[in-house]
Amino acid sequence: MSAQKDRWVSSFSFLLFCASSIPTQGSARLLQELSPQEYFGSLQAGRASLAYFSPNVSPGAQPFLEQIENSAEALQDYGISVVKVNCPKEDVSRYCGKENALRKAYLFRGNMLIREFPTDALFDVNSVVANVLFALLFNEVKYVETLADLQNIENALKGRSNMVFAYVPATGTAEHRAVMEAAFVYGPVHQFVLTTEATLLKDAGNDEPDVSSARLLFCHCQQATDLAQPCRRTAMEQALTMLNIHRHLKLMGAPLVTEVAEDPEKVSTVHLQLGLPLVFILSQKETYEADRRTAEFVAWQLLGKAGVALLSRDLVDLNILLRSNVALKAPDEGVPIKYLLLEDTDEVITLVEDKSKVEQIQEEEEEEEDEQDEDEKENNNQDVQDDQVVEAVSRDKKRELPLEQILVLTEETFHSALLETARTVVLFYASWEAVSLAVLRSYTEVADHLKGTRGVLLSRVNCWDWPGVCTKENVTQFPTVKIYEKGERSVMYDGMWGTEELTSFIMLSRVSCPLKLATVEEAEGYLRGEFPSELSSYHHASILGVFSTATSEAREAFEEAGNILSGHVTMGMYFEDDALALSRKYAVSPPALLLGRSGGRSVEGIALSKQSAQDVVQMIRYELLDIFPEITVQNLPRYLQLRKPFLILFSDGDVGQMESKEMLKLAKGRPQQAFVACWLNLKKTPVGRGVLKAYFATVPSLPLLVWVNLHAGGQVFKFPSEQTITEMNILSWLEKLKAGVEIPSSTLSEEDWKPPLPAYDFLQMMETAVPELPLHTSHRRGDAPTRRPPESPGGDTAIREEPPQETKAEKVGSPGRDLRGTAPRLAAREKQGKRHSEL
Amino acid sequence: LGLALYTSSLCAANGAAFLYHDYCIIGAGPSGLQAAYFLQQAGRDYIVFERSHAPGSFFALYPRHRKLISINKRYTGKSNSEFNLRHDWNSLLSHDSRLLFRRYSRDFFPDADVMVRYLEDFASLLKLRVQYNTAIVHVTLERDEQAWNGHYFLLTDQDRQNYKCSSLLVATGTWVPNVVNFPGSEYVEGYETVSINPEDFAGQTVLILGRGNSAFETAENILGVTNFIHMVSRSRVRLSWATHYVGDLRAINNGLLDTYQLKSLDGLLEGNLEDLAIVKDKKGKLHITLRFYLENRNTSAGIDSITLPQDELDNFATRAPYDRVIRCLGWKFDFSIYNRSLRMMPGKGNKKKYPQIKPSYESRGTRGLFVLGTASHSVDFRKSAGGFIHGFRYTTRAVHRLLENRHHGVPWPSTVYPITQLTNSIIKRVNEASGLYQMFSVLADIVLLRENATAFEYLEEYPVGVLAELEMQTGRKAPNGLFVVIMEYGRNFSGADKDVFYYNRAVGEAQHAWQSNFLHPVIYYYKHLPTEREMRLRPQDWPLPRPDAVHHIVEDFLTDWTAPNAHILPLRRFLENCLSTDLRNFFAESCFLFAFTRQKLPPFCRQGYVKMQGLVGSKGLRRHAVEAGLLEDYTLSDFSGNRAPDSYEGPQDQLLRDHTIPVRPLQHLINAKDE
Repeated sequence: MSAQKDRWVSSFSFLLFCASSIPTQGSARLLQELSPQEYFGSLQAGRASLAYFSPNVSPGAQPFLEQIENSAEALQDYGISVVKVNCPKEDVSRYCGKENALRKAYLFRGNMLIREFPTDALFDVNSVVANVLFALLFNEVKYVETLADLQNIENALKGRSNMVFAYVPATGTAEHRAVMEAAFVYGPVHQFVLTTEATLLKDAGNDEPDVSSARLLFCHCQQATDLAQPCRRTAMEQALTMLNIHRHLKLMGAPLVTEVAEDPEKVSTVHLQLGLPLVFILSQKETYEADRRTAEFVAWQLLGKAGVALLSRDLVDLNILLRSNVALKAPDEGVPIKYLLLEDTDEVITLVEDKSKVEQIQEEEEEEEDEQDEDEKENNNQDVQDDQVVEAVSRDKKRELPLEQILVLTEETFHSALLETARTVVLFYASWEAVSLAVLRSYTEVADHLKGTRGVLLSRVNCWDWPGVCTKENVTQFPTVKIYEKGERSVMYDGMWGTEELTSFIMLSRVSCPLKLATVEEAEGYLRGEFPSELSSYHHASILGVFSTATSEAREAFEEAGNILSGHVTMGMYFEDDALALSRKYAVSPPALLLGRSGGRSVEGIALSKQSAQDVVQMIRYELLDIFPEITVQNLPRYLQLRKPFLILFSDGDVGQMESKEMLKLAKGRPQQAFVACWLNLKKTPVGRGVLKAYFATVPSLPLLVWVNLHAGGQVFKFPSEQTITEMNILSWLEKLKAGVEIPSSTLSEEDWKPPLPAYDFLQMMETAVPELPLHTSHRRGDAPTRRPPESPGGDTAIREEPPQETKAEKVGSPGRDLRGTAPRLAAREKQGKRHSEL
Repeated sequence: LGLALYTSSLCAANGAAFLYHDYCIIGAGPSGLQAAYFLQQAGRDYIVFERSHAPGSFFALYPRHRKLISINKRYTGKSNSEFNLRHDWNSLLSHDSRLLFRRYSRDFFPDADVMVRYLEDFASLLKLRVQYNTAIVHVTLERDEQAWNGHYFLLTDQDRQNYKCSSLLVATGTWVPNVVNFPGSEYVEGYETVSINPEDFAGQTVLILGRGNSAFETAENILGVTNFIHMVSRSRVRLSWATHYVGDLRAINNGLLDTYQLKSLDGLLEGNLEDLAIVKDKKGKLHITLRFYLENRNTSAGIDSITLPQDELDNFATRAPYDRVIRCLGWKFDFSIYNRSLRMMPGKGNKKKYPQIKPSYESRGTRGLFVLGTASHSVDFRKSAGGFIHGFRYTTRAVHRLLENRHHGVPWPSTVYPITQLTNSIIKRVNEASGLYQMFSVLADIVLLRENATAFEYLEEYPVGVLAELEMQTGRKAPNGLFVVIMEYGRNFSGADKDVFYYNRAVGEAQHAWQSNFLHPVIYYYKHLPTEREMRLRPQDWPLPRPDAVHHIVEDFLTDWTAPNAHILPLRRFLENCLSTDLRNFFAESCFLFAFTRQKLPPFCRQGYVKMQGLVGSKGLRRHAVEAGLLEDYTLSDFSGNRAPDSYEGPQDQLLRDHTIPVRPLQHLINAKDE
């Protein structure tokens, strides 16, 4: 068995050698030129040679001679030498003497003439090689003309040897040569049968054979036991080339089912080496016989398309989930093995076949696209806007914005305006820049919300008009929002560019941060969110720093943190003498933070041990995160920063009470836990549906618990829908995830964000249009000191003609400044618009 | 006392005291004052020497007919002060908005006296240190290893007072009149002294030598009163509107062309002035003849013996005698005050009126000597605006920045931005930057990419001729590739006798932008800083060597390159493809989707949304995006996941398709089972 394998390998490399040597033919002259005496004296027994006799070169035979010469190298690979015998003038022997003989080539084995070929049988290298081998392999390759002959051969082979049956429309073709070359190698192993009769093909299981193309069938006669039945056949689907035939024969020769007892990752078979997938049927002791039969059945179906291996789970110590019964290993390196649970064998077959079908379709599509590209280069969508923000803004540009509430500032009015109101909010933007125009739209909504709010002035500066102000105010990016406090300090807004967020920021930054609270009553009211009253509708959590008079260092850090967090968080501080009473009430010792949530219904006490302002900021930010938050577009970034996996409960509407309770238990139970437990309301955050579609192709039934390894590996796991969402179930599921025994439903793409479309390649256009431009790289490296284009004799006029006709014609269709051309241009634009709506 | 002075002076030689300054500027004209301004702003030790009692002494005399041909465009319809400098050719750069020329004159072509007044104000309002009545008559070098450049510059004024400087900025302009010597040139009047009163030319026949703006200006002045004017020059007339070069004949001066072509006796001739000769007859009339005839004549014989061309060729063009011949041949740099050791060499060919300098404006012969202003025009002669106020005010700033880096360790000013701002930064600059616009093809903005292309550093108005020396000259590093943002005219569009009004001269479509003819932005991309060799071997007429990629923003009738689809989109695609990334903007909702469905986020989401600065966008805008098929509205979709067929092929769908589950058939199988 292994000896046979070795032989295949060596024969394969031999074939490869042949294949690689073909393109180099003619490079070395392998043709010998001998005199008749020399030639006939040199003939060795058993060695084949192809000779032709030439008195002197007769012009008519020239192309024929050339083809034979060209074949010399190919034939040499098969041990056949090609000899040109120069006949002396006076020679009148058998080969030299007759005019007729000079038009022929002669094939000798030893000194025995095997065949003489008329010139018209040797029209090119393929025909020379095919015909010569055909003659030499007379016994190895049976030529049949009738069905009866074929059946006789087949019957004779049953139980003994396999048969390779090939149909070629004509002899002397490339396909014929490929078959002969394969026969040269595999002749001793398989019986080769060749026909040029299409009718034989019809019987060979092909109802409507395409007689114009060659076919090759592998007939498994060796294993045939029933003499009444024809041998099982496996048609080769690829074109008849030497390599394809070799590949096919190799696949046919491979064991039908490989039994493996090692890690599938390490398994390698002929199929994988040849670029075909390998299907593992996962077996176990109890079901071995049945699995073996299944495997063989599948293997027959997939013969030539994929390999099949039988993997015994009992022998392999692997965390392969018991639930899966099939694994698929792709030939490409680095592609992980997929473990699947399939119902019947058809699924296995579709799994393999569909995939190749899908790939095929994709290839075809790509080809079509390529063709289209070539046909009309302008029709690719390079010039169609694919930036959602830019496109949305330009679609909105005709609408007049309600900007009455927003004061326009200029270089002249900027400074005086800042002094007039307690707080001036300034939006720095550029009127051509899409993102800042998008923000301007939200800003008008902010203005609407804040209409009538005293002490706040909303204004804007267009940096395209007044770059000086923007530079002076250190505005380097558009948009920028700054809040100026009456000639004193200014705060730059660094939150979400949304109406609510900006409104809330403006409102919160009206109150000093931290706010000094004077009495215990105020402090209590503050924790309940009732004080200061103007903020009652804007914030969700209040932070109260409680300090004893001695803790000035912590208080300073807290105050500095307040400066940083101003606008985002409401912070108060209490450091009166009776601070102790407050701290006792909430069981903390100053310095401490009290965190009041949801209107003071829950107040949490946190010891303030951190000393630096940055630490305090971090701590407050962390403490403000919810334990089991509803994740939204706006708040996701805060949780993303934890860089932990997400456990998300997708829900259509509010989360059920039971689930909510269980999830809270789960989240609370483990402080400093390794994941973010959250829920997502599809009604409020409909884009969650897009997330689900990406995970599961469709939106599965809800509620649904999903684990996403956002920052490590990107695997998505779905909590089994048959289980109820309870803390215990989730925990045991998470254990399984940790153990790696669950199959991910999908894995998030690791793909980089590449340019969505190519750019115009002006460099290439220049080179094609003005080839004499010394632009090419080779010029750059070139040592020639003169690099100017050859001066054209026509002088200036010639230069002006440089743009080629083609591009000039295009320009005529798209004139720039010529108003006469405006109408067609606009029409073209409309077409473009149509394309948008088609998308 | 003399002895005390002698010993106390820091640097003494030949018994004369030296007054030391880090920087000496010769000439208080526009470029000298401009340089002084930047040095003053940087707090440097400098002095300006001016031979006259006031700044801008050249403008006190010239142009003789007092009309400046640099435009003073007071209205552009825009308030952007940087943009407006594109159309203000007279102001110098300063922080003081009082010093804008439009506040000095209402004339589109202002009077030269206004320029003198402006320069006086510029020097006094900004308190520039100018030493008037000091004519530097000699400049030499003193070797000293300690000096910035290995030597000091020793300057001597008309009173033998000596000055010593580490760096010398020559802003003397070109003021020495060009003269030609031929037999009879003594009868020629010079532009410098010729009468400007038209009455003096009444009924006279005038020959003008030269074909520049001064010649036409002179002609223009007397056109109405002369019999006729003839104009002789070697070169053909070069019209500035055909060449895009402001130094060529400006339309405001070309009245003579009009009268010539409209058969009103005036005329233009081509001929080599060196071959001419002028002879005066007894009546005082001047006759044109050829030097050739004079060489053969008998010296003793009188005027009558001289052969005139019309004797042999009786229809010789200039056979009519002239009453006056006026020379208007322009100016050259004064090379006379420099010691030989400074190797101040005249340029070659038509640049011989300028000293030889490098593209960094440093003299080729002497390190530390920089030439500013008009005299520095050899860098871009007949190309850009470096010989004129509206050009050299920027090159002077560039020289100042080079000096700050070289001598004071202050690197070239730059701003670092996140990569999401790349398209914006370039668009902003090409739309408003005046330096790029005025000094097209000479000054360029440089975008230095940071590692992994997550951020970039933006340098403004660097002299592109010394791009290879960027790291050394600016103190900035360019290890990760760079963009060069520059403005160019179409390569074959302008020229002395090209038809610049042919039909379809303008390109309207972005995909043909490289054929743009009018001034338009061009962005070169290099993976590595070009070497000096590559700079040297660059194609002729190219400001830069072959880039790895190049982008042209299509020319625009309004020079407003802010159109989202025609200008910004192709630029973004170019930048994306150079950087191999996706530079699109996304609403927060899209970033949210990406955050949950992809392991990596596009730069806009990474640098905005993830840092809690996502673009939420108003409802209306998001609806527009949905209608455009660029955003999916999930509220509409039903549970089975079917989407409206028309939106099926949308790009968003494309985005989604990229990250759907790999084994779709199997998924269907499991899902079906679950249900």
